[in-house]
Amino acid sequence: MINLTIDGQKVRVPKETTIFEAAKKMNIDIPHLCYHEDLSIYGACRICVVEIDRRPRLEPSCATVVEEGMVVRTNTARIRRARKMIVELLLANHPEDCFTCERSQTCELGKLAYDLGVRELRFKKARKYHYEPDTTSPAIIRDPNKCIQCSRCIRVCSEIQSVGAIEFVNRGGRTQVLTFFNKGLNNVECTTCGQCILACPTGALRERTVVDEAWEVISNPKKFVVVQTAPAVRAAIGEEFGMPPGSLVTSKMVTALRRLGFDRVFDTQFGADLTIMEEAHELIERIKNKGTLPMVTSCSPGWIKYIEHFFPECLEYLSTCKSPQQMFGPIAKTYYAQKAGIKPQDMCVVSIMPCVAKKFEAQRPEMKASGVQDVDVVLTTREAARMIKEAGIDFVNLPNEDFDKPLGISSGAGVIFGATGGVMEAALRTAYEIVTGRTLPRIEFEEVRGMQGIKNAEINLNGLSLKVAIAHGLSNAKVLLEEVQKGKSPYHFIEIMACPGGCLGGGGQPMPTNLEIRKARAKSLYQEDKNKPIRKSHQNPAIITLYKEFLGKPLSEKAHKLLHTSYTKRNRY
Amino acid sequence: MKVVLKNIEKRGYKGNIDSYLKEGGYNAFKKALKMKPDQILFEIKKSKLVGRGGAAFPTELKWEFAKKCKEYPKYVVCNADEGEPGTFKDRIILENDPHLVLEAMIICGFTVGAEEGFIYIRGEYFKAYEILKRAIEEAERNNFLGKNILGSNFSFKITLFRGAGSYVCGEETALLDSLEGKKGQSRVKPPFPTFVGFKNKPTVLNNVETFANIPEIILKGGDWFSQIGSPLSCGTKLYCLSGDVNRPGVYELPANITLKELIEKCGQGVRGKLKAILPGGVSSNLLTDKELNITLDYPSVQKAGSMLGSGAVIIINDSRCIVDLAKRCAEFFDYESCGKCAPCREGTKRTREIFANITQGQGNLSDILLLKELQEVMYDTSRCGLGQAALNAVRSIIEKFPGEFKEHISKKKCKLKICPM
Repeated sequence: MINLTIDGQKVRVPKETTIFEAAKKMNIDIPHLCYHEDLSIYGACRICVVEIDRRPRLEPSCATVVEEGMVVRTNTARIRRARKMIVELLLANHPEDCFTCERSQTCELGKLAYDLGVRELRFKKARKYHYEPDTTSPAIIRDPNKCIQCSRCIRVCSEIQSVGAIEFVNRGGRTQVLTFFNKGLNNVECTTCGQCILACPTGALRERTVVDEAWEVISNPKKFVVVQTAPAVRAAIGEEFGMPPGSLVTSKMVTALRRLGFDRVFDTQFGADLTIMEEAHELIERIKNKGTLPMVTSCSPGWIKYIEHFFPECLEYLSTCKSPQQMFGPIAKTYYAQKAGIKPQDMCVVSIMPCVAKKFEAQRPEMKASGVQDVDVVLTTREAARMIKEAGIDFVNLPNEDFDKPLGISSGAGVIFGATGGVMEAALRTAYEIVTGRTLPRIEFEEVRGMQGIKNAEINLNGLSLKVAIAHGLSNAKVLLEEVQKGKSPYHFIEIMACPGGCLGGGGQPMPTNLEIRKARAKSLYQEDKNKPIRKSHQNPAIITLYKEFLGKPLSEKAHKLLHTSYTKRNRY
Repeated sequence: MKVVLKNIEKRGYKGNIDSYLKEGGYNAFKKALKMKPDQILFEIKKSKLVGRGGAAFPTELKWEFAKKCKEYPKYVVCNADEGEPGTFKDRIILENDPHLVLEAMIICGFTVGAEEGFIYIRGEYFKAYEILKRAIEEAERNNFLGKNILGSNFSFKITLFRGAGSYVCGEETALLDSLEGKKGQSRVKPPFPTFVGFKNKPTVLNNVETFANIPEIILKGGDWFSQIGSPLSCGTKLYCLSGDVNRPGVYELPANITLKELIEKCGQGVRGKLKAILPGGVSSNLLTDKELNITLDYPSVQKAGSMLGSGAVIIINDSRCIVDLAKRCAEFFDYESCGKCAPCREGTKRTREIFANITQGQGNLSDILLLKELQEVMYDTSRCGLGQAALNAVRSIIEKFPGEFKEHISKKKCKLKICPM
């Protein structure tokens, strides 16, 4: 342990602690920009500088490790002046369009300028560089003009996601974050996971917003508009309205969406239950018929794009099942449309997702199983919240309402899809009962839950010891896939989610999203599962009816046509 | 007294291995091979040699830290990325006596337990590159480099690596990143390269001139070396005298010479009337004719409020506009800032802009205060020496030539008609 003094108070912290961390323990949150708790130390914004006795200069607290007897001050006139000046410098090179900026309410640079009392910009004649925004991606827009070169996007892309689609290019004031040869995000190995958006402190990265398109279809009287909401949305959207992280607001969300003017409010969890039916049967088939193993889940579109770019020779391991969003789409436009007497082309499916990659997924050319585009408009949690705000709906005080039937009926297994390990647990609940014909003695599979990067478990299925593994965050996925690639994977079934924590930590979720918040959201999803009367996908009555009336049985020809897909080998750049 | 240029200044000295051997070259290494590494360190310690790249850090400490590290492999890197405007001493050594540097690196490798060395040479030094390449081949043929050197069990190889034209790569950690194939940007210090250097292994990184002192110290002993110069600054120093002097050039002198002596004896006086002196290139604070009597050693120049740096003494006469000089310094640092840390990246950009405005008659008196504050913040918060020192010259110009500055701003007038008012 190391003893030091921070702002006159003595503190004892373990070796290798940084001054920033030590201060945090004393409830001092040193102002910062390039520091991010999930990422490596970069030490370049110099906002978090502190004064240390016997050091000639101010030192970055994030990059300075404590030493015995160190005397640190975190708030002196010299420090305040330096921080203010640096913010002023950053603002001198920043577009002055804060009113119309996507991040006007969540901008860390703006907040810092306010907190530090920057009320005047002294570099009056500052010339700003102007760069063209990168609008090539269907999911993410990059505006280099708002970039402050904190490298958080670069670090999250390479460290957490092992993708490395963006890097610094050029030197000095001409430094930019760019894709390979400035080809644009859509033309390189970007997985569109959107973690860079969550990491960005300013408006330099944002989702390609389709709020206008959503309003347009809602107000079009010729369109029958159904909305589906992913599980992770209900555990997070409350944060956009000032509710504490992890507030479970399913029924308020349903009410709000109905008030926005959607004709039917359905649940992606219905699609999740359907995914489990198909996926569990596919797994059982593969095991029985000695098919390709391990089977790897395919619900996460960021993960799909990652494997297509980085492990194109491993595509056969992927389950052919579409994601819940893309199962819901064609079922709504065929089965439900028939039932309701609506032509598929008159129906519009809007989905609300914690994800930006879903925007890309919906536009994949193979996603037209219903004859028209299966999912028309994909909104993120943040965009949906903005629509609710735009409509002036007092979200927090809304009464509770229920999803519409039948595509709004779901099981607890569908709920936990939103958390890492959830798809695995849901699949196990169903697979166990199909294979053994017995009721699960204990419905919760605790071993597949939690925020550990890679989890594994063994489950006894009628004498077969089923080995499973779960990874979230693409760096962890890479570890499991490298085993698969070498033919050394010991598993039968692997669940992979592109984003840390699973969908609840998705790139479309409210800001900030951090480990604590991810844990809170997961907790509320598992609570919702507990509250559900039905907790297994194969017991969802709407699913049972769907198979009886329409699909026949899992993996039937019709199911294959509507609910399964194929993948594309992609280059790295 | 010559230590570094002792061979170069001899008539007919060619700098190839034959000439070098004829002058007793590689004898220091042969002597070192028979010594214990600790004895070598002891001699260097006694010599009180400090780094000649600008930071004046004791050379013996660097070597000792690296030697004590238990991590292997270790590396020796020679910083030949001489880029400070007004500095051209390393080039003289590399082009004329390359083996002196190679021998020193080999001794260093032997002392600290490294088997591989790199020379990071400035990209624009084409001639020096070719000469060094040939010298390394010669040394390999003569088994001063390679496996089991001179029958010992010590092996050492040296690889030449060319920079790509970046000033900041002269900063040791940016140099290491560049050497590793990354973008040349400074690292967070500590850890220092002696502990975590090239490929995160212990690395001794010395300037060309620093290395060039080593063979003589080994041959003649640390005590002999420490007698040269002044107790404050032992040995000789290479001064790069340039600008408005009658005889510019590289001069090796004991470090107890005064600025006045350097200008008058070596440079044969100022061309025109002396206005100012930059004693350590454009990163140093400006001195005026009132400070001609300072001794050109590291502590004395520092005491006078400037720094000796790499020894780039630039003379400025009264035909030069001081605001124009500041503008040029600002342009240089804006161009060379690596862009990693915010204060340097943005600060150099804004400084350049302010000077562009002032020299076009669009200055504002408040600019002076803003520049002073900016200099203090950049000194305080920049990540590496580049940003910390980028506004040194500017700041000292503002302080020492307030009249000329205010004239440019208030009267929108450049008396010397240099600024495009």
